[in-house]
Amino acid sequence: MNQPLTQRTTLGTFLAAIASLSRVAPLIFGAVAITASMSADAIAGSDLVYISNEKSSNITVVDGNTFEVLRAFDTCRRPRGMHFSLDRKLFYVGCADDSQIAVYATATGNLVDRILNVEEPETFDLSPDGKTLYVSNEEDATASFVDIKTRKVVAEVEIGEEPEGVLVTKDGSTIYVASEANNMVHVINTKNAEVVADILVDVRPRRFALSIDEKELWVSAELAGVVDIIDTATNKIIGDVYFLPKGFRKEQVTPVDLLITRDGKTAYVALGRANHVAVVDVASRKVTDYILVGKRAWGLALSADEKRLWVANGLSDDVSIIDTASLKVIKSIAVGKVPYGILIDDQ
Amino acid sequence: MINKAEVLARSLLSVLLLFVALLPARVALSAEKTPFTIAYLQLSGDPRYEAPRAYAGIEVRSRHRPFDGAAIAVRGSRIIGRALGLKFSLQRATAETTDGLMSELNRLNNEENVKFFLVDASADVLTTLSKHVRGRDILLFNVSAPDDVLRSDACAANVMHTVPSRAMRNDALAQFMIARRWKHVLVLKGEFPEDTAIAEAFLASARKYGLSISEVRDFVLGSDPRQRHKNNIALLTSGVDYDAVFVADSLGQVGRYVAYQTALPRPVVGSEGLIAEAWHWTWERHGAPQLNQRFERKINRHMGSKDWAAWVAVKAIVEALARSGARSGKTDFKSVSAYLKSPKMVLDGYKGLPMSFRSWDNQLRQPILIHTHNAVIGRAPLDGFLHQKQYMDTLGYDAPENRCRIR
Repeated sequence: MNQPLTQRTTLGTFLAAIASLSRVAPLIFGAVAITASMSADAIAGSDLVYISNEKSSNITVVDGNTFEVLRAFDTCRRPRGMHFSLDRKLFYVGCADDSQIAVYATATGNLVDRILNVEEPETFDLSPDGKTLYVSNEEDATASFVDIKTRKVVAEVEIGEEPEGVLVTKDGSTIYVASEANNMVHVINTKNAEVVADILVDVRPRRFALSIDEKELWVSAELAGVVDIIDTATNKIIGDVYFLPKGFRKEQVTPVDLLITRDGKTAYVALGRANHVAVVDVASRKVTDYILVGKRAWGLALSADEKRLWVANGLSDDVSIIDTASLKVIKSIAVGKVPYGILIDDQ
Repeated sequence: MINKAEVLARSLLSVLLLFVALLPARVALSAEKTPFTIAYLQLSGDPRYEAPRAYAGIEVRSRHRPFDGAAIAVRGSRIIGRALGLKFSLQRATAETTDGLMSELNRLNNEENVKFFLVDASADVLTTLSKHVRGRDILLFNVSAPDDVLRSDACAANVMHTVPSRAMRNDALAQFMIARRWKHVLVLKGEFPEDTAIAEAFLASARKYGLSISEVRDFVLGSDPRQRHKNNIALLTSGVDYDAVFVADSLGQVGRYVAYQTALPRPVVGSEGLIAEAWHWTWERHGAPQLNQRFERKINRHMGSKDWAAWVAVKAIVEALARSGARSGKTDFKSVSAYLKSPKMVLDGYKGLPMSFRSWDNQLRQPILIHTHNAVIGRAPLDGFLHQKQYMDTLGYDAPENRCRIR
């Protein structure tokens, strides 16, 4: 537990770590559970916002109310995707250059655990029961299912090169994984770790959003500058959303992250090099607005009340906070180098 | 490493168990795949890869064949092959002569139905091959010849160029020099025809972008005192004013001594110092780290520009297959090659811009990286260099100045 994050363990220490973890873990998790539940009674979440900075290998902590940077702490190397645990008491950070997933207590930001030997985790998602991590592994071009309790890779599925976005359906039956280099979306049945379909999509697929009824899967295709819409029943592309903010050319539009609001009506798409976030009417698949943000906008997160949209700008090392009512940026905050993922602890 | 291996072994075992348990369900996925072979042609004894080493075994230029780039791309295409019903493979064919290479090409085409060939050869060999296969369902990919003539008077309808031309690279450098206001340039040129070609390409780019040439001076390799005005860097760079020195040195034996020895304290560009190329191992944007790391893990060296050109050629073929409707193992040469050449092509070369082939000379339009030995300083087209249609067409021969009549 107190080894430096970057150190690679030998088999002996690894096994010892697992053995000691099984003894200590209940204590740690117990303690975390107590502190977290106490604060949860007082307010909904800590209102802390965690931002992973890919190039400075640290996490910036921002006050979600005042938008002040509280502190930054070092984490494992090249942190990218982040996720809350099921009960939101913990959060997971995938570190591509250290082949591990670091686990932090949400209330305090303290490191509580590490899941080692996850080959170059780019991004990942968590099963709805909170028991399994679905991780895309860069090096092996696989998606692996990691049992959080036993730390074992329980299944590995061969997919296209440079797997990127991972998304699990609400019932946990299916995961979608994007292969950036092969321009495909893989549909994987989680029960038997079988690839159900390989869907050819537009160039450089990155991230997903599911419509509220889960009938549509939206996929950003970074280099093609579009979002493809896949019918989840037939696994076929049924539509596209194109973007072109004023003053930009098609090749500058490089969408990455996207999300759909809880009412299912609005989608926000970070347009990368076009330095804007697009607001899309989901029903008509039409862009209704473009909001100017920082350089290479790619990571997105909505506050629980959906009044604030946080945008990570990869090339200007800052985060833009958008007021979703006026669709204006109300504040930009300097964070670490190449901010990537955003987690808001406000529920 | 041990625990990694064990974890892998365990995961493999569990996956194996899954396979066994779910055998009937697997069958659908492991359906028969049609073999699809891409060939790689090379001449043994190609002088470009056998240039003499510098004194005491010091290699000043990379002499690696770009085959490795193609191999990485084919390896990376196996899952897209699963979706297309194709099993991709790469066949390397070597011959001692151009005639020998033509028989290899014919053999692969007749016996193994190979239609797409990566050609790692000089301009004259490439031209001979392309004339030989004209009119047949064969497409050649130039992965290593930068000669501008291949994109103008000697262009051919059946040759696609993924390696950037000299004109493109020098235009990129000229853009950078204009942006930095290095407007007056001293050109140092070596004694070989290749050096002349490099210098001429730069002079053309200098004219295009408005750089002025202070002087063009010839250098030779050696220490003959009677030739010292040609072999002494201080003398070669004195008696004239300039903002930068452009070195045209194909062998790299002299060029490497120019920086820090110039009479005036000025930057060195061209074959040494700041270099414009298709690729560099330190490029860290647009997915490049993944590609560079994958290449280094498998090949144990840095990925270079020709490696990238071979890699992207395979990628272009696979992309065109996928987009032109190749399914269930069926492919159609005409539609694949039509898609390859069409403006619909969106090729991801990990340089941030969607690439396609220029309709007028079959050159892959692409950003050019301007780099030092260990950093990428700029990516051309640079901001501010505008084009009415396509910023990337500010690099190399644009449609209006094109002399190619595709045959």
